[in-house]
Amino acid sequence: MKTVNISLVGVGGQGILLTSDILAKTAALDGFDVKKSEIHGMAQRGGSVISQVRFGSKVYSPIIPDGASDLLVSFERLEALRWRHLLAPGGKVLVNDINLTPVTVSSGQQPAVTDLTERLAAEYPGARYLNAQEIAEALGNIRAMNMVIAGAVSTLTPFRAEVWRQAMRERIPAAFIDMNLRAFDAGRTALAGNEE
Amino acid sequence: MSRKVLLSANEAVAWAAAKAGCAVASAYPGTPSTEILENVAKFKDTIYCEWAVNEKVGMEVAVGASIAGARALTTMKHVGLNVAMDPLMTYTYVGANGGLVIVVCDDPGMHSSQNEQDSRVLVRFARAPLFEPSDSQEAFDMVQAAFEVSEQFNVPTFVRLTTRTSHTSTVVDVGADFAPRKGERKPYAKDIRRYIPVPMFARAQRVQAQTRTEALRKHACESAFNRIEEGDARLGIITSGVTYQYVKEVFPEFAVLKLGLANPLPHDLVKAFAAKVGQVLVIEELDPVLEEQVRAMGIRVLDHAVELNMLEMNPMRLTALRKEILGDVEVRPGTPPAALPTRPPVLCAGCSHRGVFYTLAKLGATVTGDIGCYTLGAFPPLSAMDTTICMGACVGNAFGMEKAGLPGRTCAVIGDSTFFHSGMTGILNVLYNGGKTTTVVMDNRITGMTGHQENPGSGKNLCGDAAPVTDIAEVAKGIGFKHVAKVDAYDLAQLEKVLAEALDAPEPAVVIAYGPCRISAKLQNAGTYAVDQDKCKACGACLKLGCPTIERGDAVADGKRHKAHISRVQCSGCNLCIQVCKFGAISKIR
Repeated sequence: MKTVNISLVGVGGQGILLTSDILAKTAALDGFDVKKSEIHGMAQRGGSVISQVRFGSKVYSPIIPDGASDLLVSFERLEALRWRHLLAPGGKVLVNDINLTPVTVSSGQQPAVTDLTERLAAEYPGARYLNAQEIAEALGNIRAMNMVIAGAVSTLTPFRAEVWRQAMRERIPAAFIDMNLRAFDAGRTALAGNEE
Repeated sequence: MSRKVLLSANEAVAWAAAKAGCAVASAYPGTPSTEILENVAKFKDTIYCEWAVNEKVGMEVAVGASIAGARALTTMKHVGLNVAMDPLMTYTYVGANGGLVIVVCDDPGMHSSQNEQDSRVLVRFARAPLFEPSDSQEAFDMVQAAFEVSEQFNVPTFVRLTTRTSHTSTVVDVGADFAPRKGERKPYAKDIRRYIPVPMFARAQRVQAQTRTEALRKHACESAFNRIEEGDARLGIITSGVTYQYVKEVFPEFAVLKLGLANPLPHDLVKAFAAKVGQVLVIEELDPVLEEQVRAMGIRVLDHAVELNMLEMNPMRLTALRKEILGDVEVRPGTPPAALPTRPPVLCAGCSHRGVFYTLAKLGATVTGDIGCYTLGAFPPLSAMDTTICMGACVGNAFGMEKAGLPGRTCAVIGDSTFFHSGMTGILNVLYNGGKTTTVVMDNRITGMTGHQENPGSGKNLCGDAAPVTDIAEVAKGIGFKHVAKVDAYDLAQLEKVLAEALDAPEPAVVIAYGPCRISAKLQNAGTYAVDQDKCKACGACLKLGCPTIERGDAVADGKRHKAHISRVQCSGCNLCIQVCKFGAISKIR
């Protein structure tokens, strides 16, 4: 089987690393060889963050070559555009439809991007969007935003939902698991309902 | 009989240490090595483990445990190995009694470091054996083997990881019978000819070290971790560590000599491989350590123009190499990076370092900085740091500036953990040599940058147990400082007064600016502030704090100035912005 490459990008503090952990665990539970690689030295300080997950019958490089991501998941709109060089021709894109203004812009050092919607539409004509923050807030816990995204990602990967849930149970403390499972299901429903 | 677990190489090191009966583990945190000891702590029932105050002490504790006959582990990032070199260089003469394994994590590409070092150079310098895992399974297997080699050859033994192996999770078969093992201590016998390397004994040990290297070289030739993978023999690739994975991805069809026990270089195996293949190509990350040794053996190595000996290796660079050598691949011109505003890491909302930098910038001081989150104080809009060299350097740097006659106010700024690591000796030097340098310790009671590890100021140890709290002011007074001041890092008026007094004093001073780390003290939701848009005069004062929650809002009539507003999601209620607003436009809403 050809190795499947998924890049998850966003801003430090958004829960990207937990999401990629669960994705990698799900792939491993399903019997695939898997590598999950992340750079997190400054992740908690609001910088740009990336985590890469590869699975298949045998995975060598932990780094996904540029232009080879079959799925690009961005937890924020600007970051979706920043990492465009990762996407494979014909690759899928999932964008969490929220904006987090970089401090370089909010402090006035660099100009704001005023045409992000147009640029995203031009770059990724087939991208799927969902506002995971709103969905998580509606469920009563904005911090479960990452599991809403995980639910959405689950509809774009070959693993059964039950395997995802098992990976979540193994990774998330029991006190928080119900909330997170609800968020996961809400993400699944949201993206399915968003089907074109 | 297998038990498969998804582990990072850092986690795998901890599991292997537990299985190998490691009894003592000591280390100072440093990205990308930090998670090793955090995971060793999960096996605290069988392994005594601790945060050492610095890497040298960590090495010394591990050496002591090894002399006593126990299996010991110490870990560090590449620059930490510089600090630990002194005990290491002699212990490789003395030789290990209980197995001593040193895990060093390099950071090719400098994801989270101030320089890029290839620790293989220092391992050769120390005449120690070196294992180089290419994934977590190998990290698990090689750490166990390293304990064996250390005891078999009486030598401290290295395992080298890199950021990419340390922070990549891969499937590891730990064995169905995995269980932490309480190690047996080998007997210790007093032996001054061994443990006291005065010149007359050390000379003999120097000769032994040479003999040992040759014995290890023979062992490396027979080791299962060094293997020839057959393939198209027109090209034979010698590689080690994670680079092996990139070679398999980009040159899958060719013969490979994969080196797992890479130092000392297994000469006979290299010769046998070179004889089998048409051309020899050496592919390695960072310095040409293997390549120079292979060339020195008289083996012809393929030259290439593609630069590989700096920054992080990746499949794209090897694809460019393949195009140059074989010409059978296309290097697609990648999508150019989108023109976008950058998103650098910043001091957290509510960070207790912010007020210190804001004040030092206001006082116009030349600031020597150090290693930690607070290095971020160098960037606009705070722009309140002039230098950062290495752990603990700020004090000596500021004192050197003073003695060189640099005009104006100078000040050293250091975090609590870095102060304990190597700042204490610096302030002693200032006092002893009659300086008047001011050192500001930004005391947040945790090692922040590496992800909140306990230190002697935290009141807890690695295992979460209560520990004595070292009061930095008392340390400074004990050293002999008369001018020692404590100040609340969130009180800007007091900060300005105390810092100005210290900077302008005729004697050396230590100022402790105390404020707990917002993350480790769980103060991220301590309150929320808002800007009254009617009262805001768009003066921009609050924006100078560089707080990620304070955003530039609507432009006012002149089109140049902007009102401020506060992002409610991130605001942690630290109270600094209220203090800088002259118009009373900011207030607490929660």
